[in-house]
Amino acid sequence: MNHDAEQERKEYGVETTGHEWDGIRELNNPLPRWWVWVFYATIVWGVIYTMAYPAWPLVNKATAGFLGYSTRALVEEEIAEVNDQNAELIARLAETDPVDLAAAAAEDEDLRNYAINGGRAIFAANCSQCHGSGANGVQAAGYPSLIDDDWLWGGTVEEIAYTVAHGIRNEQSLDARYSQMPAYGDIFSAEEIETVVQYVMSLSDSDGDGTNDRGYAYDTAAVEEGGQIFYDNCAACHMDDGTGDPFQGAPNLTDIVWLYGGDEATLIETVTHSRFGIMPAWGEEYRVGGGLSQDEINAVALYVHQLGGGE
Amino acid sequence: MWDWIKIVALGVVGLLAALAANWARDIPYMVHMLIVLAVVAVVFIRTVRQMGDERLVDTGYNDGVVRAGVIATVFWGIAGFLVGTFIAFQLAFPGLNWEFTQGAGNFSRLRPLHTSAVIFAFGGNALIATSFYVVQRTSAARLWGGNAAWFVFWGYQLFIVLAATGYLMGVTQSREYAEPEWYVDLWLTIVWVVYLGVFMGTLLKRKEPHIYVANWFFLSFIVTVALLHVVNNLAIPVSVWGSRSVSLFSGVQDAMTQWWYGHNAVGFFLTAGFLGMMYYFVPKQANKPVFSYKLSIIHFWALIFIYIWAGPHHLHYTALPDWASTLGMVFSIVLWMPSWGGMINGLMTLSGAWDKIRTDPIIRMMVISIGFYGMSTFEGPMMSIRAVNSLSHYTDWTIGHVHSGALGWNGMITFGALYFLTPKLWGRERLYSLSLVNWHFWLATIGIVLYAASMWVTGIMEGLMWRETDDQGFLVNAFADTVDAKFPMYVVRGTGGILYLTGALIMAYNLWMTAFGKQRTAAAPAVAPAE
Repeated sequence: MNHDAEQERKEYGVETTGHEWDGIRELNNPLPRWWVWVFYATIVWGVIYTMAYPAWPLVNKATAGFLGYSTRALVEEEIAEVNDQNAELIARLAETDPVDLAAAAAEDEDLRNYAINGGRAIFAANCSQCHGSGANGVQAAGYPSLIDDDWLWGGTVEEIAYTVAHGIRNEQSLDARYSQMPAYGDIFSAEEIETVVQYVMSLSDSDGDGTNDRGYAYDTAAVEEGGQIFYDNCAACHMDDGTGDPFQGAPNLTDIVWLYGGDEATLIETVTHSRFGIMPAWGEEYRVGGGLSQDEINAVALYVHQLGGGE
Repeated sequence: MWDWIKIVALGVVGLLAALAANWARDIPYMVHMLIVLAVVAVVFIRTVRQMGDERLVDTGYNDGVVRAGVIATVFWGIAGFLVGTFIAFQLAFPGLNWEFTQGAGNFSRLRPLHTSAVIFAFGGNALIATSFYVVQRTSAARLWGGNAAWFVFWGYQLFIVLAATGYLMGVTQSREYAEPEWYVDLWLTIVWVVYLGVFMGTLLKRKEPHIYVANWFFLSFIVTVALLHVVNNLAIPVSVWGSRSVSLFSGVQDAMTQWWYGHNAVGFFLTAGFLGMMYYFVPKQANKPVFSYKLSIIHFWALIFIYIWAGPHHLHYTALPDWASTLGMVFSIVLWMPSWGGMINGLMTLSGAWDKIRTDPIIRMMVISIGFYGMSTFEGPMMSIRAVNSLSHYTDWTIGHVHSGALGWNGMITFGALYFLTPKLWGRERLYSLSLVNWHFWLATIGIVLYAASMWVTGIMEGLMWRETDDQGFLVNAFADTVDAKFPMYVVRGTGGILYLTGALIMAYNLWMTAFGKQRTAAAPAVAPAE
């Protein structure tokens, strides 16, 4: 050791280790006591904590800890707690006839709040995959928007609840909403289809400028002939004036809303091959593994009803 | 002979790059291969032109590569701070995601550019440069491996350029702090192994009997980052001619691997590496012995043994099993004292030199850096506690925590090291201006305070708003409500960024003038200590 221990003790109160690198020396100070004790304390705490909580992995599972802590159990507990707290509202929601739902919700702010918020969660988990998280649908796939005034099968709370419970054109519920438009490609010639499509487009030309309300131009010369074809073949379901019939899910052809699209090519496609949109039944009696209970159906119906287009 | 091998190797790599560019399955990959081709062409021509030249055998320290590293550190630092400040304002004013920059200049592309520029380009260059400087001085030996150190430097810059241009073109593995794709990862692996070789080689031929503590930290940083980088980036390329790859891990194993990496990138890159820096530059600048040799040993081994287990605290309340989450939290809390060992050793080294805080702005920078280190290494274990994490996770609190560490600890200790190094590396008597250092200190400090304080406020507010439920148990606030409520604090945060960036620009000017041998003749900034 070539260092001057005497001098170091005088200057720093302690010797250096005698090492030196590029002029840097190291004092031989002991570990600060408080540092050591806090370090020990955290280790002791750590050992106890890992005995209390799930911690040490074994071959097939981990130690569970003597407190029985589990994040999954915690979530279930919290959900059960909220459900208990809302049990009375849930029961009332389940028992209310869908016909009276709108009135019941209008009267009782608590019931309304529970139904709309609960319905939002149910919609997000079950409905948004097709109808979109904002419920505005996907036109290219024929998933209808639920926020406009156009309802294929009716837009009252009761009608919405029925559609949710039984679905449309499915094989789950015998009471599913059902109708089928013929594929006119087998019946009409291509010219006839084109002609009737011109008439259909004219139905939603509210300002009479030769383009429909979606802005697609059509051939005004073909309208008269197309009208006759429409009257003979289509009016039975879509009505003489083309306003449709929600009892058989026949869409209104006179407004700006189109399920699959209001341009000529899409309409020719629709008339030629027809459409057969399916919605599953959500009632729990129709679904293996559980669907929606009556209170949930009522809640989501109220939620969808208040999105903007409810009747 | 060596030149011939080099020329052949460069020719082969150049040919492969040309083929890859020709057969590229996507544009970014083609651009990258053309960059590689251009780099190879330059090196090729240089090698051919210098063939057969008489070469002087360099003796003494290899400081050229350290000088280059200092320049790169300042350059990438300013680039990283600039992008960071810009994206901070993009969050406050989304209109700054201009239509004409979509697909390159929008927040999502710039965010990894910012994080990588600051951590890997600024921090990485700072670590490489200082480790090369420190290992030579404390081993009394020239860097091992001849020009290998230069290969590390330029190879690392190429990695940065490939990573950064990749982000802008949308090349990403979507692994936080490990975004570069497979071929960039492979390149970094090569560079990193050579880096390890140069560092280890220098240590092995040291003339000192012992290895200085700073070098333990640097070595643990180099070795562990290699391990983390290789494992987390294990992936199978979709095609060798394309930029996409598929990770070898999936599901929760994937998440755990990523955060084992992500957490230890903080632990070994931003903590261990920068502690190495601290252990050299603080005693040098203060001209005092290190406080405790024992403490440095104990806290070093405790730190590296415990840090590596703390990653699961990034995945509380996820698909991660509860036991892993518990262990992550326990190890994080036990890590508290080992982290603070570095703080104690740094601060206590200054005992007997406290007056220098008033007279030496570089010491002041180092002291505040160690202060922020202590604060964020306390905040980290606290945030790893499950109950605290359930409030803080996914909020701006995390962002604030990271930045008090990055701006306060990593940034300030690097600035201190740069101020120390520049006059020495360019053979100048002193810095151009100490009063500019003082300006830098205050701008940066106020900037950090604005940043951290605003993020604490928004983070806690956000956490409370997210968990607020009505009396039926339904959430009260929509996500957009929290975004709206954060606006004023976002502006404060951006302002903090401007101050920090301004400080760095002042530093760049100061270092530039110093390197050119200028000295400002203004009155000395030293305030007479109150007796």
